[in-house]
Amino acid sequence: MSEQAQFRLSKAALDEIQGELAKYPSDRRQSALMATLRIAQDEHGWLSPELIAEVAGIIGVPVVRAYEVATFYSMYDLEPVGRHKIEVCTNVSCMLRGCDQVVGHLKQRLGIDFNQTTEDGKFTLREVECLAACAGAPMMAIGHDYYENLNEEKIDLILEGLE
Amino acid sequence: MSIQKNRELIADRFGSLKHSSGVCLPALDQKEPWTLEAYRKNGGYQALEKVLGGELDPAGIIEVLKISNIRGRGGAGFPVGVKWSFMPRQSDDQKYVVCNSDEGEPGTCKDRDIMRLNPHALVEGMTLGGYVMGASVGYNYIRGEFHEPYSAMEQAVKEARETGLLGKNILGSGFDFELHNHLGSGAYICGEETALLNSLEGRKGEPRFKPPFPAVFGLYGKPTTINNTESFASVPTILRGNGKWMDGQWFRGLGVENSGGVKIFSVTGHVNKPGNYEVKMGTPFRELLQMAGGVWKNRELKAVIPGGSSVPVMPAEAVLASNMDYTSLQENGSALGAGSVIIMDETTDMVNVLERISKFYYEESCGQCTPCREGTGWLYRIIRRINRGRGTFEDLDTLLDVANRIEGRTICALGDAAAWPVQSFLKHFRHEFEAKIESIQSDAA
Repeated sequence: MSEQAQFRLSKAALDEIQGELAKYPSDRRQSALMATLRIAQDEHGWLSPELIAEVAGIIGVPVVRAYEVATFYSMYDLEPVGRHKIEVCTNVSCMLRGCDQVVGHLKQRLGIDFNQTTEDGKFTLREVECLAACAGAPMMAIGHDYYENLNEEKIDLILEGLE
Repeated sequence: MSIQKNRELIADRFGSLKHSSGVCLPALDQKEPWTLEAYRKNGGYQALEKVLGGELDPAGIIEVLKISNIRGRGGAGFPVGVKWSFMPRQSDDQKYVVCNSDEGEPGTCKDRDIMRLNPHALVEGMTLGGYVMGASVGYNYIRGEFHEPYSAMEQAVKEARETGLLGKNILGSGFDFELHNHLGSGAYICGEETALLNSLEGRKGEPRFKPPFPAVFGLYGKPTTINNTESFASVPTILRGNGKWMDGQWFRGLGVENSGGVKIFSVTGHVNKPGNYEVKMGTPFRELLQMAGGVWKNRELKAVIPGGSSVPVMPAEAVLASNMDYTSLQENGSALGAGSVIIMDETTDMVNVLERISKFYYEESCGQCTPCREGTGWLYRIIRRINRGRGTFEDLDTLLDVANRIEGRTICALGDAAAWPVQSFLKHFRHEFEAKIESIQSDAA
């Protein structure tokens, strides 16, 4: 592991990465690449080219391999995002139960469109594909949490509860 | 801190559990069904104990699964016992079992409930799979957004490890099995089994050519058996057989011919009680709809997508004449898929629904095969054009032409999945597309 890598990621993150690496055969370190990108992103907020290169160094793959993975999967952020990522599902089941109102209310309240971040850097709003919580439609995810059966009142309470 | 404040607003863990048969979903009256203690109280790990105690060998387990008539619950419906028999079990090579928990087909939300409410059923099912296949390692690939199910699975694996139900020399039998949960990072295509394997290897989730099939050349090029979460989680109960041990007939008898056992149906959309209903295969659709409280707002039923967004849509009269099993749905023009039942009432704008579905496949195409990469974009743009009032009658022919040129011409089934909704929506609701085109033309005149 390079010194630079230790510089960028905390000891806790590096320990977590070791835990992920331990899940796979020792000659298959690339299997932990996705987890390592996730851990790096969780710590830094987004994946800068430098950070992706650090991850590649930790795993021991060419930078292009890590970049390929970082650009393929939708949960990696290649640009800075707000403290809270609000991801609203607009797929069929949510659409049938009124996700348009949810989206409209969020856009109006936050004053931003999809793929934008509020000026204070607090919220980023995203439209996402089915998050597999269709029985609780309309729904959204913020960070690691799912919020279901949304209405305007509930959305207001949720947003007020976030710091 | 912020989570503390919002705790009551975060989705309830039991929120979508509406009816259980006690196979993959826990009984509704249990307080913390996800604990090892609760799982054991309901007969959990007894099948593993009996099997490891020598009561049934791998070939015997495969036979029970064949008799039980359980078909893969992820959508394709391939018989589980037959799939397990494909593995070169005697080979000394490293082998793997992999669970596909990359749930993401629009309308499907059952595996999430299995993992967060009944995670030990999956641990036990995968361990039994490992024993049958002679695999010492298993991976459970969970979609990236599923933090809650992932935590529940991690906790269950930890409990199982601490009590000797996972790891070296399980229950003193000499059998070793280690189970790891692997979190994805957002890509519907990884629900395709070979894309999942590539993703598990830390690469882009692009499907592989088949053959070779995973049973021969799977994870890291080694023999691998992949099944859906619900399939694995059903195995312990099938072996327990409700007291008739290692029989298979009990589970088979719950269902109908060609569709053994019980199945979770995720009923969503325009119903009064959306949720997961684990019911017998062959349950009449009418009965399932009734269980889900009927169509909301006292409206009439217009259409149903019975198996997730990729299966053909059914008009009300066709679905009302159907039972929820593979044969009946097929005979009535659709498919059981993953059991994701999307209900649409009389006010539904079918062009709008198809636009959304087409957008999904356009977004999620991995881009590897030209017909899918380019074709899904064509489908989406043409449907959007029609929906926004810029369509022509020629567009309808072009839509079908594009759909037909995608179908069967791609490495994986995502291309087909994009084509089928277009074909079926136009077959049954062509008049709605024509009406949108006509109204615009008359406006212009």
